[in-house]
Amino acid sequence: MEALPASISQILNTLLAVLVGVGGVISLYVALDFLIRFLPKNVQQRIRPWIFVGPLLLILAFYLVYPTLNTIFLSFLDKRSESFVGLKNYFFAVTNPAMLTAFRNNLLWLVLLTTFSVGLGLVIAVLANRVRYETVVKSLIFLPLAISFVGASVIWRFVYAYKPADVSQIGLLNSILVNFLGLEPIGWFVEKALNNFALIAVGVWLQTGFCMVVLSAAIKSISGEVIEAARVDGANEWQLFWRIIVPMISSTIAVVATTVVINSLKAFDIVFVLTNGNRGTEVLANRMYKEMFQFRDFGRASAVAVILLVAIIPVMAVNIRRFQEQEAVR
Amino acid sequence: MSKHLCKLFGLTIIAALVLAACAQPTPETIVEQVEVTRVVKEVEEVEVTKEIEVITSGGAVKVLGVWGGTEFGAFSSAVEPFTVETGIGMAFETSREQVTVLITRIEAGNPPDLAILPQPGLLVDLAKMGALVPIDTFIDMDQLKKDYAQAWIDLGSYDDTLYGIWYKGSLKSLVWYSPAAFEAGGYEVPTTWDEMIALSDQIVADGGTPWCLGIESGAASGWPATDWIEDIMLRTAGSDVYDQWVNHEIPWTDPAVKTAWEYFGQIATNEDYVWGGTVGVNSTYFGDSPVPIFEDPPGCYMHRQASFITSFFPEGVTAEDYSAFPFPEIDPAYGIPALGAGDVLVMLNDTPEARAFMQYLATPPPHESWAAAGGFLSPHRGVSLDIYPDDIARLQAETLAGAEVFRFDGSDLMPAAIGAGTFWTGTVDYVAGDDLDMVLETIEASAVDAYSE
Repeated sequence: MEALPASISQILNTLLAVLVGVGGVISLYVALDFLIRFLPKNVQQRIRPWIFVGPLLLILAFYLVYPTLNTIFLSFLDKRSESFVGLKNYFFAVTNPAMLTAFRNNLLWLVLLTTFSVGLGLVIAVLANRVRYETVVKSLIFLPLAISFVGASVIWRFVYAYKPADVSQIGLLNSILVNFLGLEPIGWFVEKALNNFALIAVGVWLQTGFCMVVLSAAIKSISGEVIEAARVDGANEWQLFWRIIVPMISSTIAVVATTVVINSLKAFDIVFVLTNGNRGTEVLANRMYKEMFQFRDFGRASAVAVILLVAIIPVMAVNIRRFQEQEAVR
Repeated sequence: MSKHLCKLFGLTIIAALVLAACAQPTPETIVEQVEVTRVVKEVEEVEVTKEIEVITSGGAVKVLGVWGGTEFGAFSSAVEPFTVETGIGMAFETSREQVTVLITRIEAGNPPDLAILPQPGLLVDLAKMGALVPIDTFIDMDQLKKDYAQAWIDLGSYDDTLYGIWYKGSLKSLVWYSPAAFEAGGYEVPTTWDEMIALSDQIVADGGTPWCLGIESGAASGWPATDWIEDIMLRTAGSDVYDQWVNHEIPWTDPAVKTAWEYFGQIATNEDYVWGGTVGVNSTYFGDSPVPIFEDPPGCYMHRQASFITSFFPEGVTAEDYSAFPFPEIDPAYGIPALGAGDVLVMLNDTPEARAFMQYLATPPPHESWAAAGGFLSPHRGVSLDIYPDDIARLQAETLAGAEVFRFDGSDLMPAAIGAGTFWTGTVDYVAGDDLDMVLETIEASAVDAYSE
């Protein structure tokens, strides 16, 4: 009559799944290799790569390609995916005021997040290059990258917290404003003029570390002789930066920038946790989430997803091409 | 040796995959299900006359709900006698994003056995989707009709079929205050809206802030404001117009609706009336907003909120420190109706354990267990009023069960796109200072869309 507590059976199930999963995959490959041995030698050579990559391709096809095609298909259907409505969902996506706000905000994220992440990353990389405690600085700046978007949002929720003027402030920013500058506390998430920038600042905090690390590696790869020669020719630091360093690592900057652009289009968690898109902070990913799960309009949610996909494809193409160029240069 | 084992294991997996790919999926026949129902019903009819007997030895039910923290603790205690008697354990999953999780799991074919929904609108949506199991086939309907008012049975039904049993109820039309603070300031409990505004002015003149109002709640920000507007709507336009409003028979731009919002604005958009000003209203978490009542001197004096808020009061606050008066009347013609809400238990997987669980929650003991702990009202008539911990709870329970005019929270009855969407964000925008006509037009535009289903 004593049933195993649900939690213990769940743990056992998980352990079993991990063992069977990991052990199973290894065994699968060993077995496949064993089976290939039965084929004639020349066929073996040609087939082997395909067999080894095969399971992966299948999984990718099932988990990436099929859902993408299915989403595109659903975007032409109605709320419950029952009847064909043509471009009605797309029409809604480009005319609805809330959607237009989301487009505007995504553009803001794109421009500001990229500019500040890459810019700050570059500056810090150049400056850190010259100090002895470089590793410490770089580790500290890189640390936020290890934090999940949601975790970072919770941290920053407290930084931006608002309490009325006559009560003690618990938010870092408002505490500085009230206690050190003698100003009124600001509702960072409520003021329409500020809230988008407050959210983008969280994104910059998260992304700068990545930009800095990649750019730092690129800067270090510039041969010291070039810098020496420039200094000998009388270039000051400013000219050195703009005329020598930046042009030499321009392809790296392009790769980093396009990666951050892709990340900016992914912005969801920060907006969701901090404001849920209220007071004009909504982005497309939030819109898609709301349409899908709160309003349960599958057609519209799919249309927004497709729009995001279409927006990302050119950026991804540039990113991949630049990355390949980069690899060829090295 | 291990290489050979790996090979063998791998071959087995390949074989299994091939077989699985070739196997035909077995379709479930509905006819079969009905027959099983009949058989089980016979067994259960014997059971109902006795105490709940063991029909299965062990097993568990998976329940999905929004309760966490103290609420979850109280619910666990309420269900424990059931586990002890039948050996059926409860695996409770908490999620504030319950709608998302539920829809995803239903679509994936992996729903929880039971779910506790805070909105009848959601029950209707799920019933329309075909995700719910009708329960009138095994619940003793005669007993149920004695235990619950017809209004509650109707709220748990869709298309004349019963899908859910109401477990936790709450009364919303209450204004909480500290009797000690009122005495110290020489304030009297108001019985009409005008008296309440006069009292607010008096408190402002004395240098205090009359109202504690916080509507921040993450993805649900704005919901406390919608409760205000619904309470006001019942008092300025009456329950018939309220029903028309909830069913979108009148538009959001109708003067009756606009008037209700404007009454709300008298308090919420008045910088002097609310703690922290309008920015504070939008920035303060709803659970934190009544705390200043218990400070010395009080940061604010009155807090309009449902009965559950007592579990959010600070540690050390006892029933002597607070009291509640009914949200006052506005138009004497409509008196003081009761606005309430509740949580309904629905079934998604028809298993014997889930049935036993459902039947247990239709009896008084689990209601009484949580009621005694506080912060809980039951719409179940079989629950004796003595079990409530204090007079306030008793009064509320009586009101909930016996109000002349009772209406369920409007935003919970509306389609999700409005009741959990534009209505909520509309109040946030209105409090922040947006023009009321614009706000109402935005909600109306989304309502035209959402109700056209």
